[in-house]
Amino acid sequence: MSDKPAVACEELWCTFAGGRQALAGVSFRLPAGGLTAIIGRSGCGKTTLLRIAAGLERPTRGRIRFVGADGSTQAMVRGAVALCFQEPRLLPWRKVVDNVALPLELAGVSRRERVARAEKVIHAAGLDGAQSRLPAQLSGGMRMRVALARALVTEPAVLLLDEPCSSVDEFTRMQLDEEILRVWQTSGATTLLVTHSVSEAVFLADTIVIMRRARVHSIHPVSLAQGSRDRTSREFSLEVEQVMRLLAHAAGVVLQ
Amino acid sequence: MRGAVQNIRTIVPPIVAVVVILAAWELTVIATGVSPLLLPRPSVIAATLWQNHTMLLEATVKTAIAALCGFAVAGTLGIIGGSVIAAVPLLRRSIYPLATILQMVPLVAVAPLFVIWLGYGLPTAIAASAVVAVFPVLAATIDGLRSVDPGLKEIFALAGASSWTRWRKLDLPASIPTIMTGLRIAAGLSVIGAIVGEFVSGYGGAYAPLGIVVMTAMREARTDLVFSAVALSAIVGFVLFGVVSIVGWLLVSQWHASAQSEVEISR
Repeated sequence: MSDKPAVACEELWCTFAGGRQALAGVSFRLPAGGLTAIIGRSGCGKTTLLRIAAGLERPTRGRIRFVGADGSTQAMVRGAVALCFQEPRLLPWRKVVDNVALPLELAGVSRRERVARAEKVIHAAGLDGAQSRLPAQLSGGMRMRVALARALVTEPAVLLLDEPCSSVDEFTRMQLDEEILRVWQTSGATTLLVTHSVSEAVFLADTIVIMRRARVHSIHPVSLAQGSRDRTSREFSLEVEQVMRLLAHAAGVVLQ
Repeated sequence: MRGAVQNIRTIVPPIVAVVVILAAWELTVIATGVSPLLLPRPSVIAATLWQNHTMLLEATVKTAIAALCGFAVAGTLGIIGGSVIAAVPLLRRSIYPLATILQMVPLVAVAPLFVIWLGYGLPTAIAASAVVAVFPVLAATIDGLRSVDPGLKEIFALAGASSWTRWRKLDLPASIPTIMTGLRIAAGLSVIGAIVGEFVSGYGGAYAPLGIVVMTAMREARTDLVFSAVALSAIVGFVLFGVVSIVGWLLVSQWHASAQSEVEISR
């Protein structure tokens, strides 16, 4: 059994100033140590949900609970929940190693320890040799890897990924997906991924939550075995097609 | 090699422009026979500079000290004041408009007040210099701090960083390019402020700064000496501006587009 917490979204409502409703009674549970993907049309509330889980937004009603193995609610210490945004959001004047180590620096970890821990995740993210470079000297894919490494440096119990591959090309996206899968398997963090890509969701997740107009439309368990998913296989294509149909149904679109 | 060519392309055009202007000035004065009381030739001004170099050098150092101190005070107050105003919405609505209006009050009219408050001499010159130079730094600091990427602020919010930590590690570094623009403007203004302060509060005799040299030379109809002092005050301003520009470039050249675009423009 995973030592990471499960995440329970309980009747989440969120209405922004101006009356726009981002979430309307969203409830579902992320299994401990699992990788859950949320897909849905733009504006359906995916990112709001992620931001509430990260503590960047407050729900109008409802709550998110981090549930331990014994079923009790756990208080999350600083750094236990990490968020990787759509954009790398790196500090341009800081070297890669200092960007990655930033969460540890803000948590008061000593320079020697934070550099050692940053070096470890930099290696895991395939960024060896880039430690002393500035963000401007990196490609888009490398910057995103730095952002991913920064999210992982605190060894979070819960990892939130907000379309981390949306700003890179298809080939880099596939490479990054491999990285995400590898770090998730290594860290065992309970992971919530927001994505627009159905094939990415099928490749990475064990559960896919399909959202529609601020609500959960359906929850789809991925039937393929984790870690051995081949994007070129017939099974993978069938799974993608099945999720596409669910997504189209949620969006009220008829697939040809 | 490419860097050397780039440097030559940057440095040579202004030098050529200065040489051409001085030559045209010299020839025009010779050709028209304008009285040296109205417009002395550059060669005469250069000779005056050389003949009075000890006195002028001392005057230049005194004015430079006043301008440097005024600039330092303006820089410190501008950055601290701007940070406080940017952080407190009530101050932004109340103090900032007031500061905008106050900076429109002519310094020459205000400078005598400094004499009343601070007496004759260096303190008044420093105060005048600081007052005229503080607003660009204040405005640039507020603009810079308010323009920090909200996405980067969220990184700090996620980590539970305090406002003070965020100011030190994000807001201030991210605002450096904007603040440096304010400091560059303040560098030139601080010399103007120091000279005006010296006009109203100066100390004469052997210890006179450039502002007093100008006033004394004007009364003695020594136009060549006026020009010499003006040239030296311009050099003080140029050096201060140059040093601030170089420091700014060193701080941001690796990561900010402003430093790179200056190179592009100069090409």
